[in-house]
Amino acid sequence: MARHRGRGIASINYPIGMNLGGDPSQALVHSNPSGKFTVALSSIDLGQGMKSVTRQICAETLGVPVEDVYVDTADSDTGPHCMGSFASRGTHRVGNAVMAAAKEARGVMMEAAAEELEVNATDLETDGRGNIHVKGAPHRSISTKDVAIAAQFKQGKTISGRGIFLVPLSAVDPETGEMSPATCYAHACMVAEVEVDDETGEVAMMRMDSAYELGRALNPRLVEQQLVGGAWMGVSHALYETTEPYYPDPRHGPRDFVEYLMPGPGDICPHDIAVLERPAADGPFGAKGPGEMCANPVMPAVANAIFNAVGVRVDELPITPEKVLRAIKAQGGARPQARR
Amino acid sequence: MLELRKDIFADERDDNLKEIGKGTQRQDMLGHVTGTSIYFNDHRLQGMLHLQVLRSPHPHARIRRIDTAEAERSPGVRRIIRGADVPRNLNTLLSLINFGKDDEPTLAVDKVRYKGEPVAAVVADSQREAFEAAAKVRVDYEPLPTVFDVEDALKAGAPIVNETYPKNTFTYHDIYDHQKLRFGDVERGFASADHVLEQRYQMSPIEHAPTETNGSIAAPDTNGRYVVYTSTQALFFSLDTCAKILDLPSNTFHFIGGTVGGGFGGKVDTLTEPLAILGAMLTGRPVRYIFGREEEMKFGPPRGAERIYLKDGMMRDGRIVARKVRAYFDSGAYTRLSSYAVVKCVAHLPGPYTIPNVYGDVYCVFTNRTPATAMRGFGVTAMDFAIECQMDKLAHLVGMDPMEFRLLNAYRDGDMKAHRREAKNTALIECVQVAAEKAKWPLREEFKRMSSRKDGGGARAAIPATAMDTKGPARPATQQRTPYDRAPQPAAGTEPPRPTPPPPVSPAPQPASHGAIRFSSVFGSRRR
Repeated sequence: MARHRGRGIASINYPIGMNLGGDPSQALVHSNPSGKFTVALSSIDLGQGMKSVTRQICAETLGVPVEDVYVDTADSDTGPHCMGSFASRGTHRVGNAVMAAAKEARGVMMEAAAEELEVNATDLETDGRGNIHVKGAPHRSISTKDVAIAAQFKQGKTISGRGIFLVPLSAVDPETGEMSPATCYAHACMVAEVEVDDETGEVAMMRMDSAYELGRALNPRLVEQQLVGGAWMGVSHALYETTEPYYPDPRHGPRDFVEYLMPGPGDICPHDIAVLERPAADGPFGAKGPGEMCANPVMPAVANAIFNAVGVRVDELPITPEKVLRAIKAQGGARPQARR
Repeated sequence: MLELRKDIFADERDDNLKEIGKGTQRQDMLGHVTGTSIYFNDHRLQGMLHLQVLRSPHPHARIRRIDTAEAERSPGVRRIIRGADVPRNLNTLLSLINFGKDDEPTLAVDKVRYKGEPVAAVVADSQREAFEAAAKVRVDYEPLPTVFDVEDALKAGAPIVNETYPKNTFTYHDIYDHQKLRFGDVERGFASADHVLEQRYQMSPIEHAPTETNGSIAAPDTNGRYVVYTSTQALFFSLDTCAKILDLPSNTFHFIGGTVGGGFGGKVDTLTEPLAILGAMLTGRPVRYIFGREEEMKFGPPRGAERIYLKDGMMRDGRIVARKVRAYFDSGAYTRLSSYAVVKCVAHLPGPYTIPNVYGDVYCVFTNRTPATAMRGFGVTAMDFAIECQMDKLAHLVGMDPMEFRLLNAYRDGDMKAHRREAKNTALIECVQVAAEKAKWPLREEFKRMSSRKDGGGARAAIPATAMDTKGPARPATQQRTPYDRAPQPAAGTEPPRPTPPPPVSPAPQPASHGAIRFSSVFGSRRR
């Protein structure tokens, strides 16, 4: 009886957004007379950081500091339509809508600044710190606050913008399945290392090494939060979770977190992540989205690592100690494969 | 630990941005870490009532009679809601985008189709009184035969789960019980293959397990409107669903949400809002309907189980020449969103690899279990498990390193994908290379030099002549065939494979398209 180490890999891609009935989101951006901007959305922040990512996109596009932008969501009376926060569409679809709205608002802001500075708007640029100045002449400058005051009380301009991003619906051919399901794809590869106890069938996670390609990491800390959490959901799906342990027999379902197993703090392992950025042509600053797909490569990587460790293939999720042990017994003991 | 590999694809990016790419602190951080962020359930409204549904104890039964007399007299009860009180009791979520038929009642009327299906709702002064009254509703059930296995559900004589779909399958394009994918000729591919591997994969249902359970609070507002605080993942999706079920203009409702304690796909189904609003309409009081943990876990929709049969044909140098997929998505008793996951799954085939012949039949099947719904990786997660386990077995069969095997078969810019669109902006190869580097997994030099931007397209960009549902030729005697009930064993004497990207097996002119006008149950009549 022994514990066996093994490594397994999996590589995947994942579509950004949904292909059914068209996929739109809208955004509205406006400034108050102090030059502080509000982004109005109806999109949902599930904890993934939707508000923060759209805030950064808006600030970058307007050319103002992120502190000068506040994202207000989700109120159906004030926020324009959004399909919802699912299908990895938030960053890409909503981000693009916010970018479009911010571009329009920036256009008005630059026109208003041009009028105050008595120059052509095309000769102006933002410094990202709350000022607009003549290109090559930073001393000929006006703050966004003063521009907003002038626009509101002197020029009668509204510094605001509307944005929509729509991926039109794509017909699906009934005979061949021909369709345009998504405009861009994220990618990942995961190497999982496990230790399998051939006496109990228990699988312990030892280490994960991964590479994720997401278009553009708009906020690397939010990306890290998604990838770390998502990988653990993948581990949990691979080894622990189900509401029907003897599916398709519906009996013995859990009722709470005492009966529904998930990994605890003692089950976690080091996870070393690399992020690659190949910008999507139609993504906001090239962004795709890390949300959903980060859990996907973990399940097969763990299954393949178990094979490498003890030579059994468990093709049914979750890979419980019972299944591992039965498979080891069926083949007459652990058969460790070549170490790699 | 996270490392940004700025050196890769650097020529495709402008990294001189001011706010993008910065690890700025979240806008909502202070609220979250101090416990002051407002979630739907933080609203405590004057005179708020509590709604509790009575759920079916049977997975499949006819409802003979519902007697609410005793429950009506129970202390604290304000109102008992039955199916007949719901203005439009039958709905399907994706009817908002004209996909599928209305197949699910808000409250069951004639029949229950899964254990836990809502039969009646009690609105009472306290949660406890609502629970106690619900226990006093007498329902006379006549149990019916059940079906829980997706393949059993397709057999002749199987119990009909949902009369809207009497064959126990969702209907695609008005004519098919599955969504097809046809690209090239898999039978010819299998005939030419040195190895054919057939394997079965099964996923089990999984709970979203959010910290915050599904719920909403609806309250009468001024001017005949209703304000609704909700945990939904899709504000207008839920609002429009309520407008349909309650048969009211959408601007009757003022939905407020946006801060949610975990969704993962489990908060799209608009499970609580219609009854909470109806309760508020019928009582004139604010009404809260929130799932308990057991309700969330047993009767909140799970990630659906999928059963996948994969058959691959491979040459002894590691090139995959054909991949055939038959998959069954267990939708439970109603459609919810599984119908869409099937389409998404078909588009995902054959995974991120360039394979010249691909075939898929994917079914959305009804069984007598809690309806499934979206979850992280919807339509793709189980298929990736199947494909990637299969890839490992295939590499093992030909004695190839599993990393190099994936690099050999990886899709590249310019390749034709099986859903007949050109692959662009691909990065699978680079992900494999970087993961290998991180894991100190040795790759041979020629595999380290591969690039998503090189060696794609050309012959790999062709759409092959496609066989439409015909039988293929017999397989050669030398072929090693591993059927579904056997585990793969490597063949003796495998050759060292070369890292050349595979040319398509049957490059041929594209066949004529299927007519200028096509009809689709998904999108109606459309001109291409």
